[in-house]
Amino acid sequence: MSTITVKVEFGGGLELLFGNKRVHSISLPSFVPADNTIAPSSPPNSETPLLAESDDPPLPANGPIPDPMKGLGEMKAKPLDVQYLMHYLRSRLLTERPELFMDGDTVRPGVLVLINDTDWELEGEGTYEISDGDEIVFISTLHGG
Amino acid sequence: MDESDEDPKTGLRTPENPSSLRLHDRSHLDHTVLVMAPMSCALCQNAKAILKRPKTGQQICKECFFFVFETEVHNTIIQAHLFEPGDRVAIGASGGKDSTVLAYVMKTLNERYNYGLELFLLSIDEGITGYRDDSLETVKRNQQQYNMPLKILSYEELYGWTMDAIVAEIGKKNNCTFCGVFRRQALDRGASALEVDHIVTGHNADDIAETVLMNIMRGDIARLGRCTQICTRGEDTIKRSKPFKYAYEKEIVMYAYFKKLDYFSTECIYSPDAYRGHARTFLKDLEAARPSAIIDIIHSGEAFELREDIKATQKQQQTCKRCGYMSSNDLCKACTLLEGLERGMAGSVITDRARKKLDAMGPAPDNLRTIPHFQSPRPAVSIQSPSQES
Repeated sequence: MSTITVKVEFGGGLELLFGNKRVHSISLPSFVPADNTIAPSSPPNSETPLLAESDDPPLPANGPIPDPMKGLGEMKAKPLDVQYLMHYLRSRLLTERPELFMDGDTVRPGVLVLINDTDWELEGEGTYEISDGDEIVFISTLHGG
Repeated sequence: MDESDEDPKTGLRTPENPSSLRLHDRSHLDHTVLVMAPMSCALCQNAKAILKRPKTGQQICKECFFFVFETEVHNTIIQAHLFEPGDRVAIGASGGKDSTVLAYVMKTLNERYNYGLELFLLSIDEGITGYRDDSLETVKRNQQQYNMPLKILSYEELYGWTMDAIVAEIGKKNNCTFCGVFRRQALDRGASALEVDHIVTGHNADDIAETVLMNIMRGDIARLGRCTQICTRGEDTIKRSKPFKYAYEKEIVMYAYFKKLDYFSTECIYSPDAYRGHARTFLKDLEAARPSAIIDIIHSGEAFELREDIKATQKQQQTCKRCGYMSSNDLCKACTLLEGLERGMAGSVITDRARKKLDAMGPAPDNLRTIPHFQSPRPAVSIQSPSQES
């Protein structure tokens, strides 16, 4: 499986939800579960069927991840997109108050997203398929003026 | 460039302006196309679009975005006749996104269009350790970057209480009431000290729409009438205005991002204004469904007309018997709150009913702290347009 590396940046106070770190380099597989399922990061005793065949050790939040499609059988796959990235960020990197980052399958209203310095509303929002080297910026507009 | 596209009013008057309706509808049709191919700018037809304008649905490039954003603020200023050449104008600067972008844009426009304004930064230090002290560092950097004189006025200096001390006394509940009332007066008094004619604040379209919703939900018709005014007259004829009245928060943040402006974005460490928070969440949900909702709500707020017989029942503006600040009661809100703090009954001054209870405890002691008043050298004229915290 091939891996895609994406630079993720948080701003406008959103970085506070991600360990107060603004810039993250994330590596993800090029194909991911279509339902955005994220494997838990500490799987040793996990009963999640996703990881039933996995002997991989627990992973650092920012490290490379195993093929999430592994063991999924006939579950549907999709090319890595921003929606999957957001679910991944929420499950693996977010340290507090997840409701301030996401609402359902998208960002919370009031969070701006830029894909390679372009408003994500011009790039298909969550359906944008990520290429290697892309830069995705999340900025909260919700903090004081 | 299409003439109607250039018109900064496009989209502002969505219900009456057929061209903006057309633009809005077109943007929906374009959406499927967008996903397929990078769009070129709807204004210059040349560079790659980087932003979808929430107001109009137009897709525009970075340079056109800077130009239309600045030009719309300029047109807002010109149409409302906010300034006269030679005016001394204080920019209420918190170090946050709105006031940082405002300082930058005011400086840019003042130079580009020769407004002839003398610009100052005015910051209020509420005395919140770990929050305001950090954001004031941002303002101090802005002072250098924009080469503007900076005045910092503290709650401690004015009221003898920092917000840290107030929260230690009253807890986190209701502390935003104190902070809001104290900040407004502090800005006016700081402006008097700077001898400015005008205070501009970074209130944006989202803030104003939020306030309209809050005033409707609270049934506060007096404030509903005032909160959409672009310019109100404060203490000692100092005008207060909101050049970003029609600027969307999304565009302000995008502007700051693309211009790489230095701003501070930490949430206040004391509990946020819960009521405003609800209005904000609701407004953001509305915006997600229909971006023009924000400007539509402002227009609805502007269109509200109070019946004359109701207007007559509204409280008249007078001056505070203790500090001389304009007030709709014998004592202004800041003096009332301060008295509660000084007498150890801060919790009881939030409502009128509690205020009566406080009065029943006996008259205020004579040695009560008076909020210092900076005399403006200009003679005070009668206050025409009552103005309070929106």
